[in-house]
Amino acid sequence: MVTFTLNGKERTFDGDPDTPLLWVIRDLEKLTGTKYGCGVAQCGACTVHLDGMPRRSCITPIAMIDGSDVVTIEGISGKEAEAVQTAWAGLDVPQCGYCQSGQIMSAVALLQMLPKPTDDEIDGAMTGNLCRCATYHRIRAAIHNAANSMEG
Amino acid sequence: MTVHDITTTRRTFLAGAGLVIGVAIAPKFLSAAPTGVPAGGAADLKPMNAFVKIGTDDTVTVLSKHIEFGQGPFTGLATLVAEELDADWSQMRAVHSPTDNKIYANLAFGLQGTGGSSSIANAYEQMRKAGATARAMLVAAAAQEWSVPAAEITVEKGRIKHTGSGKESGFGAFADKAARQTAPAEPKLKDPKDFVLIGTDLPKLDTREKINGAAIFTLDIMPDGLLTAVVAHPKHFGAVVNSFDDTDARKVMGVVDIRQIPQGIAVYGENTFAALKARDALRIEWDLSKAETRSSAELAAEYIRHFEKPGLEATNNGDVAQAFQQPGLQTVEAQIIFPFLAHAPMEPLDAVFIKAADGSVDIYNGAQFPGFDQQVAAKILSLDETKVRVNTQLAGGSFGRKAQFGSPYMQEAASVYAAIGGDRPLKHMWTREDDIQGGFYRPMYAHKMRGAIDAKGQITAWEQIIVGQSIMAKADLDSTSVEGASNLPYRIPNLKVTSHNVTLPIPPLWWRSVGHTHTGFAVETFVDELLARVGRDPVEGRLALLDATSRHAGVLRKAAEMSDWGATLTEGRARGVAMVESFGSFVAQVAEVSVGPDGAPRVHKVWCAVDCGVAVNPNIIKAQMEGGIGYGLGAVLFDAVTLGKGGQIMQSNFHDYRSIRINEMPDVSVEIIRSAEKPTGVGEPGVPPIGPAVANAWRKLTDAPVRQLPIVSIMSS
Ligand code: FES
Ligand code: FES
Repeated sequence: MVTFTLNGKERTFDGDPDTPLLWVIRDLEKLTGTKYGCGVAQCGACTVHLDGMPRRSCITPIAMIDGSDVVTIEGISGKEAEAVQTAWAGLDVPQCGYCQSGQIMSAVALLQMLPKPTDDEIDGAMTGNLCRCATYHRIRAAIHNAANSMEG
Repeated sequence: MTVHDITTTRRTFLAGAGLVIGVAIAPKFLSAAPTGVPAGGAADLKPMNAFVKIGTDDTVTVLSKHIEFGQGPFTGLATLVAEELDADWSQMRAVHSPTDNKIYANLAFGLQGTGGSSSIANAYEQMRKAGATARAMLVAAAAQEWSVPAAEITVEKGRIKHTGSGKESGFGAFADKAARQTAPAEPKLKDPKDFVLIGTDLPKLDTREKINGAAIFTLDIMPDGLLTAVVAHPKHFGAVVNSFDDTDARKVMGVVDIRQIPQGIAVYGENTFAALKARDALRIEWDLSKAETRSSAELAAEYIRHFEKPGLEATNNGDVAQAFQQPGLQTVEAQIIFPFLAHAPMEPLDAVFIKAADGSVDIYNGAQFPGFDQQVAAKILSLDETKVRVNTQLAGGSFGRKAQFGSPYMQEAASVYAAIGGDRPLKHMWTREDDIQGGFYRPMYAHKMRGAIDAKGQITAWEQIIVGQSIMAKADLDSTSVEGASNLPYRIPNLKVTSHNVTLPIPPLWWRSVGHTHTGFAVETFVDELLARVGRDPVEGRLALLDATSRHAGVLRKAAEMSDWGATLTEGRARGVAMVESFGSFVAQVAEVSVGPDGAPRVHKVWCAVDCGVAVNPNIIKAQMEGGIGYGLGAVLFDAVTLGKGGQIMQSNFHDYRSIRINEMPDVSVEIIRSAEKPTGVGEPGVPPIGPAVANAWRKLTDAPVRQLPIVSIMSS
């Protein structure tokens, strides 16, 4: 039996311990903002915050997260999350939108660590998040806008 | 794909197509379908016509006949409606329309479907008429209620007003009454100079749900009792199951059943992981007797042999043979090999099936041709077509992948559902591996080009031979193989373009910008080489071959001006230019490139000029150019699906089918040419110029023309 918190609520899981966190969040908890894109930590669509750090839930066996705190796109809050989502809306970043939960989870984690990232730091934090619609140009601009808005 | 190909292929659907307004449909099942974008909350939605519903809460819901997978039709079509309805943008909503090949036909195709960058172009007048009709019905209802002449009523920003009596109202109060008015046959449309919304940057309607995780895609539909199914597919095209052993697979916790279907072995689980784990535990013997067993290199060698044989004639102007025999000529030759490309939309293919109490079935999927999906599923499920409802969902990209005649994906999904009886709701999903190895690629092509330059430095002859699969499965000339080459925009007196159709067991498909993905590259790199040979500037040299007043020349001059073409560059950088017309839109791009630390091209900046007629939503047009540049650049730099020795597919996921990442995305500037021409598409036309623009810069940097794609794997091999 695995016990963890998901968006602040205590949850338990006693199915196959190999099950990746991604499928627990989606199939059992029915939180569908976290997406499947590759299953092998190559695309970032499944990014969640695990004890405050960005994590690819597709390669994280549920057995590994006993006692951990998981936050998904549905549960993010705080000034970085607000700044990122506002900046994203301001630039209409999403196209198909499928990768965007993951992008936002990575961007929020980045700003929590580095409130004013440089372009290189943005590259470092965001290269794991693919966007087949190639919204990268706006993602970069939105992260800068979010950082600037938090300063004010 | 071209509009022409679809209309000719599906000519049977043309009868009865055309503007259909005033047909009120009340698709009950739609209200139950989660579409990700709110349809106006809980308020009562009154249909004004097939495309517009007005809620008692003042919301206006546009029923989009086109699927929203990122190219912006929800916002674009709603803009057209809102403009003529004189609505306020904040009251606009959009949802997918139900499936109906007549009412919701793409007017360019004659059946319901999205593709060929045609959404705005085909619906431009239709949606404006739908908005104008709804406006007239609201005005008529208000005139009746207030007992004033309709002509004295004005509508502005969602408010209906009568100045004389001081009466004023929102739309909602009249929704019911308006819905019962007779629709005007020919509503008057605005003069474009009076547009207030068209041509402005409006926030996209689907943004909010896409940044808070609320947007629902097919994969997110989770009815109670859902079974999840995946299929084990072969690693060779044309292979079929010989035998299989599912002993271990059946032991996996949560596995429900395992069945053989025509496409492979279907595994059903109580959850996704159970199905995936059990699929991995299957042992399958494949029969390769009818499979493709040649490697990509062997295929390329065979393609090249076609160059020597007579081909299918696409263009033959002047006399190329004679032109090449003139004395004092310089000739230039090039041979370019293009690989198979997977579309790799971010959301792999998927579909959900739910049986209703009366035995009819609702299908939820990212339906690009929903009518085909309906026909195919009905046949496989042995149901009447009226008993199968296709509910189009937001899709995580497509890039052409979901636009398929005969709906082969739906054949598999419906077979999986049928094989288990269909009593429980079922989701069928492809994994990324299924997607990369699933075929329906941009075909492999080989081009041979030959050009002649006379003593005065004029290009006098151009011969181009194109070898590859026919996407339209034609025995004769397939226009999608030669588009962009057969109608070469440059004035060259002797021009001959021929093609050879190759047949393979690897299914081909259109990939974002179709023929232009390879013809644009071949034409624009070759013209650059010819110009370089005689020392002409790439921009000035191209302009000299174009009509000065043409839209081609217009975008080329604009891109040159934006980039300050000819300016002194940072040491180690070079610029390339390319200009391609596709789907009626004209795009020129200048790319600034250097040799990166890893020896691969590093693209720093792209300047892009686009002429797509009236710019309905400038913000979406710019986004599509940015996205098209990123998508096209990733492909020319990194992407190929290759067959190894024995024909095995060599790539399987994003680690070996690379996608461009944020650190590789150039800075992009886009400018839109002001135009009063009818709007044309933008979903695809941003893609073709980026490859040749980068390759032309790369040739300057390295002295080596790009003769094989992708650029990066050649260097590492
Ligand atoms: S699904 Fe986890 S990284 Fe792609
Ligand atoms: S918005 Fe489509 S994959 Fe990123």
